[in-house]
Amino acid sequence: MKQFDYVRPATVAEAVAAVAQPGAVYLAAGTNLLDLMKGGVSRPDRLVDVTHLDGLDQIERLADGSVRIGALVSNADLAHDADFAKSCPAVAEALLSGASAQLRNAATVGGNLLQRTRCAYFYDTASRCNKREAGSGCDARDGENRTHAVLGWSESCIATNPSDFCVPLLALDAIVEIEGKSGRREITLDALHRLPGNTPERDSALEPGDLIVAVRLPPAARGFAAHSRYLKVRERTSYAFAVVSAAAALRIENGKIAEARLALGGVAAKPWRARAAEGVLKGVTPTADAFQEAAWRALTDARPSGDNAFKIELARRIVVRALTLAAAGTPARIAALPASPFASTSGAIHV
Amino acid sequence: MNHSISLTVNGARRDFVLDDPRVTLLDLLRERLHLTGTKKGCDRGQCGACTILVDGKRINSCLALAISHDGADILTIEGVARGDQLHPVQAAFIAHDGFQCGFCTPGQIMSAIGMMQEAQAGNDPERIRECMSGNLCRCGAYAGIVDAVLEAQAGMDETNQRRSA
Repeated sequence: MKQFDYVRPATVAEAVAAVAQPGAVYLAAGTNLLDLMKGGVSRPDRLVDVTHLDGLDQIERLADGSVRIGALVSNADLAHDADFAKSCPAVAEALLSGASAQLRNAATVGGNLLQRTRCAYFYDTASRCNKREAGSGCDARDGENRTHAVLGWSESCIATNPSDFCVPLLALDAIVEIEGKSGRREITLDALHRLPGNTPERDSALEPGDLIVAVRLPPAARGFAAHSRYLKVRERTSYAFAVVSAAAALRIENGKIAEARLALGGVAAKPWRARAAEGVLKGVTPTADAFQEAAWRALTDARPSGDNAFKIELARRIVVRALTLAAAGTPARIAALPASPFASTSGAIHV
Repeated sequence: MNHSISLTVNGARRDFVLDDPRVTLLDLLRERLHLTGTKKGCDRGQCGACTILVDGKRINSCLALAISHDGADILTIEGVARGDQLHPVQAAFIAHDGFQCGFCTPGQIMSAIGMMQEAQAGNDPERIRECMSGNLCRCGAYAGIVDAVLEAQAGMDETNQRRSA
């Protein structure tokens, strides 16, 4: 690991000032950053430790019905907050399907949003990677790429965003609160992550110095609580990133879908909102045919970036399954294997 | 530049001067305190051999910078027994052959202790397997590990019942 300076600011304003110099980055739990630094993938000159900042570790219910989650709330604390899990069950399920218990105890909300891709070529400094080193090329393009992107990719980069948490957050129109050099601003989560285009080295819309201070779920989010699921296909039962995942949330009134929300994970460089599919479902009866149609619309623009054509059909099936499970109703308790297509709520053993 | 930090490790306050901010909690425990029960397996947060409790919560000590944890309360495998009396989870691992080579065992035990405090898995073997998935055992002693955790959990439930009765 390269040598670095360590600074521990006392306030958010000090943190923003401390990160202003080139080569400086924020350190939260470090569960992704330290891994990247150990591998020489990330080589910061200065770490600005934000973990001791006050006021960023709260889960607040605002007067208008929004939920505001501080950037330093751990993934585990958020998932296990009973009130939060009740109002945003798909978000809790997604959190619990990610990483391991140890990592969820440490990893933060802000860090989860900004975690880097797990593309093996990004991690391997002997490989060419436009995201790691702009203009160097992409060895994934002709490499082992069966888990790579099928939506929104470019010739420069076919990496995927690995976050589970972001998928239901996106479906629920989450807002990201940012403190930067010119003060506080907010953007939609949809606007936070970027597609690669010709500049895959930039993951997000954040400017140098920007610090995520909170994520907010608007009041409408809790309207989907009764019919919300996250579903995730992995290459092993637990402790693995998504090959494909989906968050489905429905508002059902008088037997019809008043409003649908759908987002996909593991398919693109950003969590992928499927608005056209949501449109198909508005006002219709929740049936298998309607879900098939929605799945078809969600993947209309998908195309393989390598040996991953299977992911397109897999994504369609996961969409249908997630919508079917959401329509059936949010279970009272998250399954033993959160978000697993193989999960039983009966407690039956399958591994 | 030197940085001073203090930690509580297994109940005792320890002060350190770090001349390098790159030191992880794992390396601090092993190299500075010679508490080598906490193992370095992958050193990348994938195997769980380095699991310790920090402020009561299990984390991977290989992915935690010591300098960032100034003031933390740390429990390692060396701190769980009371003298010669093993922690119930340690005793259950022996009773159920929850290991073969033993390398992953300190991490498994610390993870199990952390999991029981989190109270998410209860006595459901499927939930225990899921909640312990951050600890790999290359000898494949998983069946014994789950049995050991089940027994330790049952013992804890019984103790709690007796206390509340």
